[in-house]
Amino acid sequence: MEKRDFHIIAETGIHARPATLLVQAASKFNSDINLEYKGKSVNLKSIMGVMSLGVGKDADVTISAEGADEADAVAAIADTMTKEGLSD
Amino acid sequence: MTEMLKGIAASDGIARAKAYLLVQPDLSFSKKSIDLVDDEVARLQAAVTASTEELQKIRDIAAKSLGEEEAQVFDAHMMILADPEFVGAVETGIKNDKTNAEQVLQDVSTQFVGMFEAMTDNPYMQERAADVRDVTKRVMSHLLGVTLPNPALIDQEVVIIAHDLTPSDTAQLNRKYVKGFITDLGGRTSHSAIMARSLEIPAIVGTEKATTTISEDQMVIVDGNTGDAILDPTDADVAKYDQAAKDFAAQKAEWEKLKNEQTVTKDGKNFITAANIGTPDDVIGATDNGAEAVGLFRSEFLYMDSAELPTEDEQFAAYKKALEGMNGNQVVVRTMDIGGDKHLPYLPLPEEMNPFLGYRAIRISLDRQDIFRTQLRALLRASNYGNLAIMFPMIATVNEFKQARAIYDEERAKLVTAGVAVADKIEVGMMMEIPAAAVIADKLAKYADFFSIGTNDLIQYSMAADRGNEHVSYLYQPYNPSILRLVKRIIDTAHAEGKWAGMCGEAAGDSVMVPLLVGMGLDEYSMSATSILKIRSLMKQLDTKEMKTLADKALADAETNEDVIALVKAATQQA
Repeated sequence: MEKRDFHIIAETGIHARPATLLVQAASKFNSDINLEYKGKSVNLKSIMGVMSLGVGKDADVTISAEGADEADAVAAIADTMTKEGLSD
Repeated sequence: MTEMLKGIAASDGIARAKAYLLVQPDLSFSKKSIDLVDDEVARLQAAVTASTEELQKIRDIAAKSLGEEEAQVFDAHMMILADPEFVGAVETGIKNDKTNAEQVLQDVSTQFVGMFEAMTDNPYMQERAADVRDVTKRVMSHLLGVTLPNPALIDQEVVIIAHDLTPSDTAQLNRKYVKGFITDLGGRTSHSAIMARSLEIPAIVGTEKATTTISEDQMVIVDGNTGDAILDPTDADVAKYDQAAKDFAAQKAEWEKLKNEQTVTKDGKNFITAANIGTPDDVIGATDNGAEAVGLFRSEFLYMDSAELPTEDEQFAAYKKALEGMNGNQVVVRTMDIGGDKHLPYLPLPEEMNPFLGYRAIRISLDRQDIFRTQLRALLRASNYGNLAIMFPMIATVNEFKQARAIYDEERAKLVTAGVAVADKIEVGMMMEIPAAAVIADKLAKYADFFSIGTNDLIQYSMAADRGNEHVSYLYQPYNPSILRLVKRIIDTAHAEGKWAGMCGEAAGDSVMVPLLVGMGLDEYSMSATSILKIRSLMKQLDTKEMKTLADKALADAETNEDVIALVKAATQQA
């Protein structure tokens, strides 16, 4: 299992466009990928799951992936996080 | 057999095309127990696949004909369909509960909608509830084997038949193919009517039974001048209406010649005919139709088409664009008029028993001065790029106006001190839409630089009749002598203080009202851009002294709305 923590710096948190992009990035991989926030974990390939967490600015979240391509998956998601200004 | 349907003439012109029913099909179903769960899951998957394919097709067409932005809503829908938590939950439900797909889909959907709607601190998520509902409807239609109307897929000339048209319906319509509207509900000021006028296509609203009388693909003639719809026209009808359409086109060409002329009456008196606009882009339509000014720039679009409060710079850019587009002609911007029937997802307002009598417009601005001051600063900064005037909506008392004006003066002084270029002369006026303000107009006229009469609200508040309530729609009486007397008072009190008075409701573009307004000396007439040349042409035939006699008679002798209509028609020989 591959895990990484992120601190969200985007003013609007993970919603709307950034959420869509994260889900799109995750959906490219076969691994099971989860987003964990405040003790709640959701499927990162589920737009409704991600948005239902209501992740705001300054939140600390954990992404975990399990499967053959877990390392690549987490790297790709980290890349999206930085590119979209979600996390530093 | 030829049949005729009568409604309210909402937008001029004549069109003939096949009917397209924009009506929701029956999506009702009953709960059933299922033994062959695998077959039921397969049925669900087939409906999901069919829905996805349909959405992809609609998305591609919408992107081409309507633009990327309008198409994005369909991306959101496809994403929900691809969401494992959504479709997966329905599959699991079918398997565990041995229940039919329709029922489980409905339950799962309700659960998500409820979850999103409960996120009251996150307006974006609340809006996603609507997406879930739309997607559910589409999958449901495939499960039930019925067809949803897909207006974005229209690829031939049609007349749209609908119960009512919402902004999201009209956003999906391809203007190239939509030749006219006929709706069950609505009046001249409903969204469908205003939309039709801005698209310059004929429309009939308030027919009460268009959707139940007219069938799909039935040939229809829409006469937006009279409010008549002819179903299955005979050859003779077709010939007659084609001629009428030609005459109308000829008349429009005649009006077109007045485009670069001033608005002058038969006896040589000058008036201003202006346009009402909703976005800076509408300035093009205004100038194309010969507007001499913008009498009402509704600033709401800035607040409504956004996920958060618009910044000062965003607002500045929009106001500047409108001012520059009008080339030095006056642009009257109305400050934020939110509340009533207009809500902002990111500015939750308290639930109210009577929103039209509640927290709205200037009442919000005076309370939330942060929002108000941002708007005023953006306006002041833009003032240097044209001829700006500002007006406050829903002023009821002298103190409200003085307070709003004081805030304006403060922001102005701050900007000037900071060295920002601000126009020397900016008129600051107010909407006249509350009867109490009309009654105390003589005092208000001392402080306001101008009055702009908003007829819809003035009528609704004077008659104590909700303009959206069809049971009391008979009280929408713009010519009732009671309303005319208020209008007369507003004009006279403005003139007594050397100020001007305008009207920015639909009545300002109404051929029965205009002769009366000319008679009462109204200075500025602001209306849908497409009505301007017709009204300019009408005013050319009016003599102000004769119209004064007419108006005086209507004010003194008429008892009812109908009396006034009869007087005007007799005096102006209108049919």
